[in-house]
Amino acid sequence: MDKSLTMPTISGQAGSRLEAGPQGKRPRKTLSSRNIIVYGALGLAALYYLVPLYVMVVTSLKGMPEIRLGNIFSPPMEITFEPWVKAWAQACTGLNCDGLSRGFWNSVRITVPSVIVSIAIASVNGYALANWRFKGSEIFFTILIVGAFIPYQVMIYPIVIVLREMGLYGTLYGLILVHSIFGMPIQTLLFRNYFVSLPEELFKAARIDGAGFWQIYFRIMLPMSLPIFVVSMILQTTGIWNDFLFGVVFTRPDTYPMTVQLNNIVNSVQGVKEYNVNMAATLLTGAVPLIVYFVSGRLFVRGIAAGAVKG
Amino acid sequence: MLNNVSARTQSSVSIRELSLSFGSVKVLENLNLDIHDGEFLVLLGSSGCGKSTLLNCIAGLLEPTEGQIFIKDRNVTWEEPKDRGIGMVFQSYALYPQMTVEKNLSFGLRVAKVPKDEIDRRVARASGILQIEPLLKRKPSELSGGQRQRVAIGRALVRDVDVFLFDEPLSNLDAKLRSELRVEIKRLHQALKNTMIYVTHDQIEALTLADRIAIMKSGVIQQLDDPVTIYNRPKNRFVAGFIGSPSMNFLTGELAEEGGHTVFKTNGVSFSLDGYDAYGPLKGGRKVILGVRPEHIKVDGDIAGGEVHEAIVDIEEPMGADNLLWLKHAGHVMSVRIGGARRYAVGAKVRLAFDMSMASLFDAGTEERI
Repeated sequence: MDKSLTMPTISGQAGSRLEAGPQGKRPRKTLSSRNIIVYGALGLAALYYLVPLYVMVVTSLKGMPEIRLGNIFSPPMEITFEPWVKAWAQACTGLNCDGLSRGFWNSVRITVPSVIVSIAIASVNGYALANWRFKGSEIFFTILIVGAFIPYQVMIYPIVIVLREMGLYGTLYGLILVHSIFGMPIQTLLFRNYFVSLPEELFKAARIDGAGFWQIYFRIMLPMSLPIFVVSMILQTTGIWNDFLFGVVFTRPDTYPMTVQLNNIVNSVQGVKEYNVNMAATLLTGAVPLIVYFVSGRLFVRGIAAGAVKG
Repeated sequence: MLNNVSARTQSSVSIRELSLSFGSVKVLENLNLDIHDGEFLVLLGSSGCGKSTLLNCIAGLLEPTEGQIFIKDRNVTWEEPKDRGIGMVFQSYALYPQMTVEKNLSFGLRVAKVPKDEIDRRVARASGILQIEPLLKRKPSELSGGQRQRVAIGRALVRDVDVFLFDEPLSNLDAKLRSELRVEIKRLHQALKNTMIYVTHDQIEALTLADRIAIMKSGVIQQLDDPVTIYNRPKNRFVAGFIGSPSMNFLTGELAEEGGHTVFKTNGVSFSLDGYDAYGPLKGGRKVILGVRPEHIKVDGDIAGGEVHEAIVDIEEPMGADNLLWLKHAGHVMSVRIGGARRYAVGAKVRLAFDMSMASLFDAGTEERI
């Protein structure tokens, strides 16, 4: 081999120092005691959360004879989807025996319009409060914030009367109205803080360009606000879907949302307790928020962070 | 004053007795200002002096508490920003992030429902002037700071406005880009000959760009003059100290009568005031402040004649083209600017001559020029 092409050999004192490499220990080992503690603690916390879910999934896939053996942690010997079908289509809640499907569609009919209406109004509210400081806007905002801290229970009876007088009591529209109004304070706060965090000069530039209230909202603000809309949608969807109190108070049996129906299935006293059906019904009810989180989780985090930096 | 029409006809922007307060805080007080047609006016002041507030009032983004604003002889005090015939360039550029450069430029025209071919024509013209044609299809996030600010200027350009408003447009740029764009803005003004109002806290920008500078302090205009007058004949001590880097030397003392002449006396040393252009006769006994700029003190070989003082070199700061000497004399430390090639040792004795024709005398009480 041509000698000039090989690496020059390092010799002498400087060379030996170079060959020795960096002094001191490599700072991080995979199996350091610190890492063991951190990952151990995280693992335990995750286990604590996941074990009940595991039990539910496993139980919902077993037949009743297998459940009676009492071994709740063991995987099913024979997988059956019978309990899921029963929970969806046949389980009895009060008078109806058509399963959770009725509650599911009721919940969809409640959640979708409530989310759309509350977000549409709250985003405009937040935009107006952040950018168009009108006389008394601070007072209006304070009142709205106070609204977020009043316990719901206090207002149930007055709302029942109001809805009755409006002829909406017991209907889905009544519940949609209630959800939209109760979502308003926190949603407005969320949107206001987001819009405040956007550079004010952008708004000024749009005004100089001649855009009005709605033009600035739709053409400048909306395209910049996807993260906060996603956050708001997730909060509202899961909040309204999981609601039990308003559902049980403001609707009748045939318009019960899914959560109320689930309660009725699980708490029914006649006959044998069908644990597998109950577990399947619970998983079905929880599926919607779960899917929402999985699909939009990343956007959710980004939106929360965007609002948190300023304002 | 309000019905004095003839005084307004030649001015592009007129501000009459304008006041603005946020709650109990008065930001602007009884402010009057006339800006000529085609003039480049710089509002200069440190932060919080009300210069940006004034600009926002002219733009219509802030409502004045009292007073009136005229643009092209039209009372626009309660007019919407878009109807005032103004375009504005912001410090943070304020480009719409979701739109391309082209859409950013044309947004105002599209809002005003200008026909498509007219929009295209104006966008092409503006992007030609600012040399941003290759950027038209890009988003603002894909542009450098200098390119963004050029687009922001273009947005005002396409709208064919009478008055350009600049709110510290170069403050977010690095030093090199800042001096480049400064020249470009000046060139733009020479080409367009529009009225331009420019807010800055940078005295170099003010001195280089302005036809006239308005120096503001706590909501009041301290002096409104062309840059040379502002620099050489500051109206009060604040203006004198604000403009110029390194700052003007201030010597506190009093006027005294010596041999039939009025002289300035500080710590027992008297300075002849020969050549000083006073507003009125100067009388002895008055407490005054003498202000001399570093380049108006001549050292050794530069002395052409007149009264000569002796001083000791305290510190030397070589700055390349210039050399800044800090000298001790008459109980004061003063800075003197000399050529970069001339060096002095610390402790060396130097001879000084003060150019009183370029100096300023302020009353020690009112701090006004006398």
